[in-house]
Amino acid sequence: MALELKDIQKSYREPDGTELPVLNVEHFLLGDTEQMALVGASGGGKTTLLNVISGISSPDRGSVTLDGTNVTRMPEPMRDRFRAERIGFVFQTFNLLQAFSALENVLLGMSFSGRKVSRTRAKELLEHVGLGGRLGHKPAQLSIGEQQRVAVARALANKPSLLLADEPTASIDVANQENILNLIRKSCEEEKVALLLVTHNLDIAQQFGRVEQLAEFNKVGGQS
Amino acid sequence: MNLFSIAFKSIKQRLLTSTLTSLSVALGVMMMIAVLVIFGIVDRTFNQQAIGYDLIVGPKGSDLQLVLSSVYRIAPAIETLPYDYYQQLKNDPRVEEAIPITMGDVTQQGGFPVVGTETTYFLREYAPGKKLLIRGDGFREAFDAIIGAEVARQNGWDIGSQFTLVHGGAESDCHHDEKFTVTGVLKRTGTPNDRTVFTHLNGFYAIAGHETPVEQMVKRYREFFRVIPGGEKDQELKDLIKQAKEEEAKSHGHYHGPDSTVMKDVSAIFLIMKAPPGESAATTSILFAAQVKKGFQAQAVNPIFPMQRLMTQFVGNIRQVLLALTIMIIVVSGIGIFVSIYNSMADRRREISIMRALGAQRTTVFAIILAESILLCFAGGVAGILLGHGLLFFVAPIVEAKSGLLVDPFSFEPIELVLLPALIVLASIVGIIPGLTAYRTDVAKNL
Repeated sequence: MALELKDIQKSYREPDGTELPVLNVEHFLLGDTEQMALVGASGGGKTTLLNVISGISSPDRGSVTLDGTNVTRMPEPMRDRFRAERIGFVFQTFNLLQAFSALENVLLGMSFSGRKVSRTRAKELLEHVGLGGRLGHKPAQLSIGEQQRVAVARALANKPSLLLADEPTASIDVANQENILNLIRKSCEEEKVALLLVTHNLDIAQQFGRVEQLAEFNKVGGQS
Repeated sequence: MNLFSIAFKSIKQRLLTSTLTSLSVALGVMMMIAVLVIFGIVDRTFNQQAIGYDLIVGPKGSDLQLVLSSVYRIAPAIETLPYDYYQQLKNDPRVEEAIPITMGDVTQQGGFPVVGTETTYFLREYAPGKKLLIRGDGFREAFDAIIGAEVARQNGWDIGSQFTLVHGGAESDCHHDEKFTVTGVLKRTGTPNDRTVFTHLNGFYAIAGHETPVEQMVKRYREFFRVIPGGEKDQELKDLIKQAKEEEAKSHGHYHGPDSTVMKDVSAIFLIMKAPPGESAATTSILFAAQVKKGFQAQAVNPIFPMQRLMTQFVGNIRQVLLALTIMIIVVSGIGIFVSIYNSMADRRREISIMRALGAQRTTVFAIILAESILLCFAGGVAGILLGHGLLFFVAPIVEAKSGLLVDPFSFEPIELVLLPALIVLASIVGIIPGLTAYRTDVAKNL
């Protein structure tokens, strides 16, 4: 199994001091190279779940295991390194660094892993997502769709075993949503990367072989 | 991509703010470089631990002015001494060598000080172990001149060049008609000799307008030697006066310089003392100086002491104050960098969170902010060093004209080596708080 969650609980403290439970996941599995869509309403804990899986946030209880390694037990610096090497992120708002060119954004993704930064791989990835001619363009000089393509290339730069995509098509016009989705799925297939895509869009979710409702296995409702 | 290239990107993104903050550091460093180099030159010029002469004998007055005028040639001579006194010192058994100098004129071109002296000036060491090296023949005729290396460079003079003098200062209206010819050029010494024009003593005396009425010279002679009427010196003086008056009558308006020693004077006399067995030259000098002070209207000073006094009591303190001011300017610039980076942190939380989500550790984002602070300070420091030497390049001729100090804009002070590491330390200190803000950024909240 690529990813396994066990007894995950996460809650936030409200300003008045009361606890607000957000996640309560007994068990969740995602196989190697498996692609699945996780559907949930806004505020259903989707983003919190992705943060817990990636190690950005720690769960209050439970364990996250990726490629046989218990991520939750790692000290934070190791968790950061592990995230850089094993997990790719595609965000709803792309989260590209505006001061960096397309190529530099991809290279930046590589620099935080312990591996050697490969300019050649970065270029190949950008060519693969159709941006071979726009390597030196800054995000502001690229269209919305192109920016998300750069984000996909960056997410795959370190050959991760898991790609987390948080509403990756939500900011993109309908005509391009399909293209981006296909690009993410195809790239994950080619790179042999497991894909967990969260969305509130059922049309998007239905294109996946495995679709799960977050509400079905998250025993609490709350804010993400 | 390393930390510095990531930091550099961030600097480029806020180019105007970054340039201005870096420029403030550059201006502080520029001023510090100017202070360091100029005071370094002042220090090397005036704080010599030894020069080639044991004593300088001059008219009574300020010992500092005597040294500044005779050795450094940046102050007017106090008065003059009778030429006979020079001869008396030359024949003194305690004196190994006595070298006379006369001063008062400058070159019309460039305003370089003119010193009348004798060939012995060039034969003795000007500093322990260092002798003046002359390219050319040196003095052959009365109107021959030997020029310092800087005079040659600035005026474009070489052997065979001819020039005229001005009395008192370059702005003076009293031009001398006599043409002097360069017969020798001194090799650069890094001393005031570099910016001096040397003429033969006889040439200096032969310049029309340098003559003083006989009565005035005789009055000074009498006072200096305390001549008692009817005494041995009185008879000697009468003979000299007679000779002077005959010369004056013969000249018919064509002045060729005096032969009578009563009509000659010198501005100062450099003495090299003999060390008698069992006594050091320093002891002889002290005893000799005390005797000169007591017996004549003159003073004999060790040239090092007044200069050390000047340096420690006055110049040194000014240097400390200016350095303290420039350090404060640099610290304020450092605070400017802190404010600039710290203010940008609010806008950069998202950027930092993205890097953290991509796997950057807290220490990495802390280091990126620190690198940004270091880059800004370092760039400011390098620019400041270049601007500082550039500034000196433009002010060097002005300083030289006003003070006589030779300022080499490319003169390097060893303390400059400490400047950049010190700036890096400053940058690291001012970068800590913004760095910690980056370190503590909540990734989940800011993505």
